[in-house]
Amino acid sequence: MAKIDFSSETVMKVAHLARLELTAEETAKFSSQLTKILDYVEKLNSLDTSKVEPMTQVHDVETPLREDETRPSPGAAAILDSAPEQVFDNYKVPQVIATKGKDEA
Amino acid sequence: MILELHEKLKSRKLSSVELTRHYLKRIAADRTNSYLTVCEEESLKEATAADARIASGKDVTPLTGIPLGLKDILCTNGVRTTCASKILGDYKPPYDATSVERLKRSGAVTLGKLNMDEFAMGGSNENSAFGAVKNPVNPEYVPGGSSGGSAAAVKAGLAAATLGTDTGGSVRLPAAFTGTVGLKPTYGLVSRYGLVAFASSLDQIGPLGATTEDCAAVLSAIAGHDPLDSTSFKREPADYVALMAAERGKKLRIGVPKEYFVEGIEKAVAEKFSEARKGLEKAGHTFVEISLPHTEYSVAVYYILAVSEASSNLARFDGVRYGMRAKGDLSLTEMYSKTRALFGEEVKRRIILGTFALSAGYYDAYFKKACQVRRLISGDFSEAFKKVDAVMAPTAPSAAFRLGEKIADPLKMYLNDIFTIPVNLAGLPAISTPIGRAAQGLPIGMQFIGRHFEEPRILALSKQVEEEVYREKVDHGF
Repeated sequence: MAKIDFSSETVMKVAHLARLELTAEETAKFSSQLTKILDYVEKLNSLDTSKVEPMTQVHDVETPLREDETRPSPGAAAILDSAPEQVFDNYKVPQVIATKGKDEA
Repeated sequence: MILELHEKLKSRKLSSVELTRHYLKRIAADRTNSYLTVCEEESLKEATAADARIASGKDVTPLTGIPLGLKDILCTNGVRTTCASKILGDYKPPYDATSVERLKRSGAVTLGKLNMDEFAMGGSNENSAFGAVKNPVNPEYVPGGSSGGSAAAVKAGLAAATLGTDTGGSVRLPAAFTGTVGLKPTYGLVSRYGLVAFASSLDQIGPLGATTEDCAAVLSAIAGHDPLDSTSFKREPADYVALMAAERGKKLRIGVPKEYFVEGIEKAVAEKFSEARKGLEKAGHTFVEISLPHTEYSVAVYYILAVSEASSNLARFDGVRYGMRAKGDLSLTEMYSKTRALFGEEVKRRIILGTFALSAGYYDAYFKKACQVRRLISGDFSEAFKKVDAVMAPTAPSAAFRLGEKIADPLKMYLNDIFTIPVNLAGLPAISTPIGRAAQGLPIGMQFIGRHFEEPRILALSKQVEEEVYREKVDHGF
């Protein structure tokens, strides 16, 4: 892991990947704070882990399976009710297919 | 406290409605900002039902009629669940989390939803969109986080006991800072279904109480396999109060990790710790020094893994399915990014860091590397548990700090979790117990760490500390 300068440009690029709008102030602040945090994380490089299997879960057990049976659920209406906008029993969202000159989505 | 109240309820010296009113009255006068939502009507209804259940004498559990509080990251059917974030607005889930459902099935009364760091991200409870929680012991100090409301409510007598969640210390740290007992169960012992996910490989729901026994009583109600959470372990529910009692009297070998006493540890913490150790030696336990050599890497590992998992989990808050949506004539991408701007600063910081750690070109250097070191940290404990029956360590390097003291420096705040994080990385159970007060009157806590599923043993040790070393005073105004 090379030393990373978490520049404002990097922050903006990552923010776009995360679909997260940041203010100019937040961008500048995160740039300096995240540079410091990544600098701290560098210490992991002092360990040789070439022969270590990554650990992604605590218990090495088989995933417990259950019968695929129907059971009561709150129902579509109750779930759609939580949505900010809905139409015809569906979630309503802005246009997904881009129109010319607008957004690449 | 719960079992004493249970006796009073059973002998009809007290009704659940009276008890619930007592707590609702205290909540109305609260100055700690512990509650985000109070369920006055619902809780009185639950109390009335509990009184009827007790009168019938059928199916009465130790929690029947006992008023409890819930961290506001647990879904509650029809009751606002905010995660202390603006992005969820007035979201009312259409279902109960399994842990909540099990408490309700036991006949517990649910008083309301407790304040926390937004999406459980923080160690001071200052990252709440609804304002910080104040430490009931001294309102100029933080209660610890992220389950700050859950801890403060127990200390201030605003619930008989509460549920919190612990991803990197979020039950144990506030327990230590407020002089309460907090248990982080083994990963997989308590179902996470209906817990709004932060870091799925680390998150675990746990009880906070005025005493160890209270934590054991609540754990008994919520533990056990749940088909709706594939990471919940195939274990039957158990009576942890009885299992804890069965562990008492055993003379144990207790390991003290030397790496926890190197730098930055407050003098009062080291002193109270050594008093507790002497007390337990007198009770017949043997202490040995152990080494957990990779401890110093745990904060770095955690702040890669937890933020990576968070950035993925929090992708669901997109303005489509629940909560708020940015207004205006917006494209889809604009709608996403402007809606997500409603996240608080700490959440945004972690999403950025996590998205970066998972992005093409950096995944191996950060995420994979952290997963590898996680195995080394976990391995340290496996080695230690070959030699000892339990591990004893401070919960935090210091007592509570002042509101505002660390908020400007995220790294400084993160380093506060150095003693709690390794336990989550290894998925172990641990309990934080009060062991005294620092010079300025602030509580100090210490934790016992057990092997996977050895909750009864660490509960028994914690109870022994209460009985033979130090007991923090509890006053719920009875």
